[in-house]
Amino acid sequence: MIQTIAFYLFAVLVIASAVMVIMSRNPVHSVLWLILAFFNAAGLMVLVGAEFIAMLLVIVYVGAVAVLFLFVVMMLDIDFAELRAGFIKNFPLGIAIALVLLAELVLGIGAYRAGAIALGTPDGMAAPIVGVSNTEALGALLYSDYIFLFEATGLVLLVAMIGAIVLTHRKTAGDHRGQQDIAKQNRRNPNEATVMKRPTVGEGVEL
Amino acid sequence: MTEFFQSLGMTYEWAWGVATVAGVLLIALPLMLAVAMIIYVDRKVWAAINLRRGPNVVGPFGLLQSFADGLKVFLQETIIPSAANKGIFILAPIVTFTVALAAWAVIPFDAGVVLADINVGLLYILAISSLSVYGVVMSGWASNSKYPFFSAMRAAAQMISYEVSIGFILVCVVLYAGSFNLTEIVNSQRGHGFGIVNGYYFNLLLFPIWVVFFISCLAETQRVPFDLTEAESELVAGYQTEYSSMSFALFWLGEYANILLMCSLNTLLFFGGWLPPIDWAPLYFVPGIIWFLLKTFFFFFMFSWVMATVPRYRYDQLMRLGWKVFLPMSLLFVVAISGWLMITRYGGAA
Repeated sequence: MIQTIAFYLFAVLVIASAVMVIMSRNPVHSVLWLILAFFNAAGLMVLVGAEFIAMLLVIVYVGAVAVLFLFVVMMLDIDFAELRAGFIKNFPLGIAIALVLLAELVLGIGAYRAGAIALGTPDGMAAPIVGVSNTEALGALLYSDYIFLFEATGLVLLVAMIGAIVLTHRKTAGDHRGQQDIAKQNRRNPNEATVMKRPTVGEGVEL
Repeated sequence: MTEFFQSLGMTYEWAWGVATVAGVLLIALPLMLAVAMIIYVDRKVWAAINLRRGPNVVGPFGLLQSFADGLKVFLQETIIPSAANKGIFILAPIVTFTVALAAWAVIPFDAGVVLADINVGLLYILAISSLSVYGVVMSGWASNSKYPFFSAMRAAAQMISYEVSIGFILVCVVLYAGSFNLTEIVNSQRGHGFGIVNGYYFNLLLFPIWVVFFISCLAETQRVPFDLTEAESELVAGYQTEYSSMSFALFWLGEYANILLMCSLNTLLFFGGWLPPIDWAPLYFVPGIIWFLLKTFFFFFMFSWVMATVPRYRYDQLMRLGWKVFLPMSLLFVVAISGWLMITRYGGAA
């Protein structure tokens, strides 16, 4: 009873807010609707008993990715007329992508109906793990059967991180790195930093 | 509590529903009272350190000052700037306040005294506290005014930065406790220090991590010395500049509820929660909730103490501390602690 009500509540809110993401005129509103969609998707995951994934969804997507989205979108100076100008031009591409997504959904649901692969098992043959919390189950699976994929994901993220640092951390001419050297600031003392000058009238100061 | 309502002749669903509502009220109402009182304590401690008197007019010793302030803002007019984005402008303080209350659902006040004893309690708190940035960002953007906008930008960057190191610190605690459940984390701290001291702080590997956690909590709740988001000398009142009346009060309440939450997290994760400080039988006669509240308020005193004595950081220093000092340090401790546990607890087996 409660589960059914909760399911329909979350499901309707996910779909409604996903529609609002593409319907709303203001990009900031779109991002906020997207956050609501993520949040309700997390609610659905809690309902199927995947509480670990649900919390990660909120922490990673809502807590970090969407904040950066919002951060960027808020600073944009948006020309709404220009945004809508490309509608006719982009329409065929949009329809094509929508069709591909629809085909994938139909295929996915068809495959599921035809006898789905049992979740939680690498080959679909072994029995699903029962009786441990899903944090432990996920950990046991990730660090044994999927260890290489897991490590590879980590490597991809590391490369992306190094790339981002290299792109933003530019060395300019000389040894000036475009940022402060805290150690150098702390080493300064009044004797080096200030000079006492007593200029007489009509005489300049040489610095 | 569900059983109690079931014994009154309700069906399970109804009993569960009533018990949950009662539990929510039992947490939220005392919490609001506590927030009102700690605002008063905060001002008193601050005043005492500055050799001032602090609030002393309303009620005995000024005890009712917060309630007078509450009544004042309640009677004020709510002003919505004409250039503001109305819906989001109104939504922002509501989001801040709701999120600040939601995190309390998983906090155990005593053994078994918790609204939702879920497996992933600590992750839930992390998730909810990562949401609290939205109230600030939304209000900053919706106000359609320069200073709130700058404040929102600062808040977003600051909270993301410090959440990273907080995440790694929580990993350290979880590694030691072997669970994300807050009740189990507290129970695993019983007699942790030579079988005498309850709490993880009495551990050479975890004590430095607690210091980092405490400072990160200050940054996460935007307290002095990290209150760059409402630095009055630069940004008027930061993201709250355009707010008035109850919408302003909701920000205020949410902020202090978050501060109390961070204090209670310090208690639960490092100082043994509801357990007495020393694992000695007579001390267990004192109810657990008393120990919990004493520790939490002690940490709140430390928050006020810091506020009264430390000057505000510069923004680049704040970012440097988060990314170049705390992040490498907490990562180092994750590696050190997992290595130590692998050797001592799991016998070196990979």
